[in-house]
Amino acid sequence: MAPLIKIRDLYFNRGDKVIFSGVDIDIYQGKVTAIMGPSGTGKTTLLKLIGGQLKPDRGTVEVDGQNVHKLSHSKLYELRKRMGMLFQSGALLTDLNVFENVAFPLREHSRLPESMIRDLVLMKLQAVGLRNAREMMPAELSGGMARRVALARAVTLDPMMIMYDEPFTGQDPISMGTLVNLIRRINDAMGLTSIIVSHDVAETTKIADEIYLLSGGKVIEKGNPETLKTSGSEWVKQFLQGLPDGPVPFHYPGNDFKNDLLNSKETQ
Amino acid sequence: MIELLRSLGRWGLDTFQRLGRGHLFLVQMLAGIPSSVFRFSLVVQQLFYVGVLSILIILISGLFVGMVLGLQGYNTLVDFGAEESLGVLVSLSLVRELGPVVSALLFAGRAGSALTAEIGLMKSTEQLSGMEMMAVDPMRRIVAPRFLAGLISMPLLAAIFSAVGIFGAFLVGHGLLGVDDGAFWSQMQAKTDWYEDILNGVIKSIVFGFVVTWIALFEGYDASPTSEGVGRATTRTVVHSAFAILGLDFVLTALMFGDV
Repeated sequence: MAPLIKIRDLYFNRGDKVIFSGVDIDIYQGKVTAIMGPSGTGKTTLLKLIGGQLKPDRGTVEVDGQNVHKLSHSKLYELRKRMGMLFQSGALLTDLNVFENVAFPLREHSRLPESMIRDLVLMKLQAVGLRNAREMMPAELSGGMARRVALARAVTLDPMMIMYDEPFTGQDPISMGTLVNLIRRINDAMGLTSIIVSHDVAETTKIADEIYLLSGGKVIEKGNPETLKTSGSEWVKQFLQGLPDGPVPFHYPGNDFKNDLLNSKETQ
Repeated sequence: MIELLRSLGRWGLDTFQRLGRGHLFLVQMLAGIPSSVFRFSLVVQQLFYVGVLSILIILISGLFVGMVLGLQGYNTLVDFGAEESLGVLVSLSLVRELGPVVSALLFAGRAGSALTAEIGLMKSTEQLSGMEMMAVDPMRRIVAPRFLAGLISMPLLAAIFSAVGIFGAFLVGHGLLGVDDGAFWSQMQAKTDWYEDILNGVIKSIVFGFVVTWIALFEGYDASPTSEGVGRATTRTVVHSAFAILGLDFVLTALMFGDV
């Protein structure tokens, strides 16, 4: 089976900082694929590269057989209608209420009658459990609720895939559980392909079919959660078990501590 | 010395890069205008925020500027026994200069800064990114309608400013200082030319509306997505708009009235 998203030999720099140097990733249809790694490894950047918001320095990103960065503006926008994305902040439009936020893509891209828009929006809100919060403004929502509204909005156009940017960060245990459940359920019920970018090991390993571990601009390890748990790599062990020291040092690299203490000129 | 040169060079490069980005932004924004014309409801909504909500400050400022002009003008004219020309003096000053310039400065402070802050915050809260990923072009959906609204509002606000200013001068001149009302209005009508004065004033305000709205929207769109970045961008909108208005006013005045 050909992958829905095929990333080959991806290179990306931000200023002098190397974000990716030769990344290959395959994401298959119907699966929940997680991209994991420590903060600052460019996980969000990867989603922006897939969505065509950033251009790679080298390499290709193919979505459904189309090279995202070779598409014209209008073709890219056509492709994006079939991609959903859930931002870390939710990215809800603050001047619209919950109902209008979820209705936004429909109003922009379709000429459906108002009664049908209402039905569709209520169905999506029902799926995330917020049908009765439809009159609320984004500022009145809790973080977890905002993310669920954003999830309803992301699936309004019935996309083929959905990208989640750190969906579990800063959630209380209840909304965390709700989100984990929703992501899996929506993926299976709608036959979606999901990509989760996250560093929350416990939650992500619960729902992911396939995991890619990124660090230092490269894919360190890939496989299903079970294989990763038994991986012999020190780095994978440190990351999955959350050990404070290991291949990723506790101390930010630089001067030696002893030298720093003895060399007091710098501070004078 | 080298450090100074280096920072000068960096400043120069940054400035030119910003100018380049600003002009690219302008091209993209203008390309988005046709779709805004077809969805005029978005423009109408922005006309309310950008134009209607600026009316109060324009009314009050216009009234006071006109009243002061009336007082000052009377004091000078009365020495020559020409106080009946007060209407002409006030109308020409307002229609040609003060109306477009002062209302544009107020517009930059009131509506321009609000536009920058709004777009900057939309950027920092990923709303613009989110729209792009929903296949909605923020240039068409957010920027172009605001630009059109600014372009339409500015001449109307300048006209309101001038009209209220003339009324303020009349209140002071006739009500307080006893200038003959017939002379006030008839001289004004006789000496204020439709094309020379009013049309040129309208052209000025359209140019100012274009530039101020462009600066405000670009600063918001180009702001670094932090609270400090948005704050700085808002300040820059007001400062750069003021420079642009005053500089362009000189250029336009020289072109319109330079040969008289």
